[in-house]
Amino acid sequence: MDETLAKKLRILADAAKYDASCASSGAPKRVAGKDGLGSTTGAGICHAYTPDGRCISLLKILLTNYCLFDCAYCVNRRSSNVRRAKFTVDEVVTLTVEFYKRNYIEGLFLSSGIIKSPDHTMELLTRVAKTLRREHGFRGYIHLKSIPEASPWLIEEAGLYADRLSINLELPTEASLERLAPEKDGASIQGAMEQIGSRIAEAKAERRRFSPAGQSTQVIVGADATSDEALIRKSAHLYGTFGLKRVYYSAFSPIPDGSTILPLKAPPLQREHRLYQADWLIRYYEFSPDDVADATEDGMFALDVDPKLAWALKNRHRFPVDVNRADREMLLRVPGLGARAVDKILKARRHTSLRLDDVARLTSGLKRARPFLIAADYRPTALTDRLDLRARLAEPAAQLSLF
Amino acid sequence: MRDTGASGELAPLTLSLSEREVTRAVSLRPGADLEGFRAAVRALVAEGVPPERVVWSAAADSACLFGAEAPAASDAPVALPRAAAALVPMVVPHRDPERYALLYALIWRIRAGERDLLEIASDPLVHRLNGMRKAIQRDLHKMHAFLRFRRVPEAGTERFVAWFEPEHHILEAAAPFFVDRFRSLAWTILTPEGSARWDGEALRFGPPGRREDVPPGDGFEAGWRDYYESTFNPARTNLRAMRAEMPKKYWHNMPETAAIPALIRQASSRTAAMIEREPQMPTKRQPARALAAMADQDPASLDALNGIIRRSEPLVPGATQAVLGEGPVGAAIAFVGEQPGDQEDRQGRPFVGPAGQLLSRAMAEAGIDRSACYLTNAVKHFKFEERGKRRIHQKPTAGEVSHYRWWLDRELDFVAPKLVVALGATAVLALTGKAIPITRARGPFRFERLDNRFQGFITVHPSYLLRLPDEAKQEAYETFVGDLRRVEALGRELAG
Repeated sequence: MDETLAKKLRILADAAKYDASCASSGAPKRVAGKDGLGSTTGAGICHAYTPDGRCISLLKILLTNYCLFDCAYCVNRRSSNVRRAKFTVDEVVTLTVEFYKRNYIEGLFLSSGIIKSPDHTMELLTRVAKTLRREHGFRGYIHLKSIPEASPWLIEEAGLYADRLSINLELPTEASLERLAPEKDGASIQGAMEQIGSRIAEAKAERRRFSPAGQSTQVIVGADATSDEALIRKSAHLYGTFGLKRVYYSAFSPIPDGSTILPLKAPPLQREHRLYQADWLIRYYEFSPDDVADATEDGMFALDVDPKLAWALKNRHRFPVDVNRADREMLLRVPGLGARAVDKILKARRHTSLRLDDVARLTSGLKRARPFLIAADYRPTALTDRLDLRARLAEPAAQLSLF
Repeated sequence: MRDTGASGELAPLTLSLSEREVTRAVSLRPGADLEGFRAAVRALVAEGVPPERVVWSAAADSACLFGAEAPAASDAPVALPRAAAALVPMVVPHRDPERYALLYALIWRIRAGERDLLEIASDPLVHRLNGMRKAIQRDLHKMHAFLRFRRVPEAGTERFVAWFEPEHHILEAAAPFFVDRFRSLAWTILTPEGSARWDGEALRFGPPGRREDVPPGDGFEAGWRDYYESTFNPARTNLRAMRAEMPKKYWHNMPETAAIPALIRQASSRTAAMIEREPQMPTKRQPARALAAMADQDPASLDALNGIIRRSEPLVPGATQAVLGEGPVGAAIAFVGEQPGDQEDRQGRPFVGPAGQLLSRAMAEAGIDRSACYLTNAVKHFKFEERGKRRIHQKPTAGEVSHYRWWLDRELDFVAPKLVVALGATAVLALTGKAIPITRARGPFRFERLDNRFQGFITVHPSYLLRLPDEAKQEAYETFVGDLRRVEALGRELAG
């Protein structure tokens, strides 16, 4: 690989890393054609992990980090003094194909700064995807960032080649957008999400291929004053209204050449973690946004206990729950029991009566679950009501943040 | 409640052994010997040998056991519930020497009446086997993820070669993934226990390889390491999470991991530098002109819009060309049809086929000058099904109509007609976003959609007239001409 290309790669990978999304999941299973390259497995594969614990699944790069927008939180805003570079379409295609052949990646996640115009930028992004699919028979994963300011037909063309489209909301409120991202407009972002959402739904109904792995978005945590509760309510709205597959939460992180209007201190990474946990409660644990709000203190999640445990501690009158009798919804509320463990419990108890030892073989979270459940040979007695229960179950001071 | 714990109490099946104290020794080939295990199970079940009387051995350690003999071969297949049949091949590759014994114990209990045993994940035996299955799945997953190919030039072409050390005997189970993914490449995977080789046609398993058989580097490895370093965010360092997912034992075969020590060493100083650095003034001028130009991307004229449409590809492949609208900008009346047909697709003009000719005739009879009107279609590309030499028109789906709607909206913006005539249900769908039956809505109609508001008129598509039986044609045609007369009058009224 020649040095010019390597240099561009360093700049444009560095510029893309603040996007938390890395998933290569959700695409229908495909295998390479006779002369083609690439497959998708459904669940996605992480090919490596960097020392920040994050997965490398896709080649995540920007087409260019030149940008006409001036979003304060972004390392690539036009007023930032970072080094700039621009790939050609062919360079991105070559990198993707050669990395893919060596089994480094699952595919490509391509985004870009806005150059010339949103339409011009969107056309370039789509051209990369189209070249990969058409000229290289590439059946690996492609995630394209959509530019909400681009003309609607261009966003729709992208969906013909991409497995997933995403538009980053970045800031959850209109006021924050106005202050921190002057060129962006909440209405056009939501309009584009709605447009993509209905195209995906129609294509599914008509069995056509259009962004089959759905759409996702990212919000930045801690760059403005939005509370956890407001973030989760926003996500629930996005999942419900536009059929989003994922909302990513990205704790605002110090960037080289940061802007003066950003807060000085990054939020604890634990906050991001709690938001993901709450997000899962909404998607997989049948919690309503009100339930999740109930797990907060003044709209914020505690950092020392997870949201599900926080909810249980506040709703002790609903516990303990009998693992041999309770319905699925209530079992899902037991701290320490994951959705998979609950399904195993439901299956096993059709054939046998579960004792505490049995439950221990079905979950790795028994320590947390114990005060909240009843088994054939076990009752928590007074444990559920102990005043120091929270202290007994809280996690030791988080090691997630080293700084 | 059944006792799910002990397997030794299942006496009835052991009766066939009578009183003889029989021990059976099964010797399987090293690694994952699924075939051998299946044959042994058939033989043991046929003979009725309970699990506690079987001694299993695999690999070179198959020391002879006194008094034990191999079971007599049997062809009788052993029926198992689907879940159990699926579990066996997922456990056989496990390194644990007890794997065959545990699987046979499971099979024995299932056959002794515990048909749903696998549903009881809390049972100690099931729990242990599930754990082994999970270990195999993880090992397979890590092999698919962490194996790295290096390119080797080979007689005018290229081959990709990798060295990998799986934890379990999974080479044969892991290989099909690489076939699916790298079908058009030639590749070889070497492991300490065996090798897999793909030449584009067939997958072959061979003898073990050595690490030295793989070249020491690859032209893209430095680039890959650059990428690895650049995508790492030092402000989020979390080594525990990295090691949990990418245990150290894999590192020595992954070229990018050479970068890890330096990345960790520099992480805190890099982060501190970012935080302490005073915000800088932008060194570049504010690009006011570029910013103004950025907002100015919408097509400025019908010609510009048509250029975009012409360059785009059909949503459904097949059409020769996009068929654009035709007629003067500012026309008082615009007609919107469904999609181009066979003739339109060949000629690149709207309403020139049989239905278009019928429309022209009806317009003339109603006193409408076709050349003064704007004619276009809801969908701009012909969609068809090939039957022999004929291309049979296919109705566009609702999704296709909405995909093309953006263009129709802009097109009508530019033309700015006083009256928009929807010919048929697809045009109505495009103009209203709703499926409205023509029979109910036929006549004047107000189209309101997004920013567009048009006085409209709904009637049938002329191709509908062509499909009617002969005896109904004349009357329907006259009704259609009647509609067009009202259109003519409305158009005149609105223009005046």
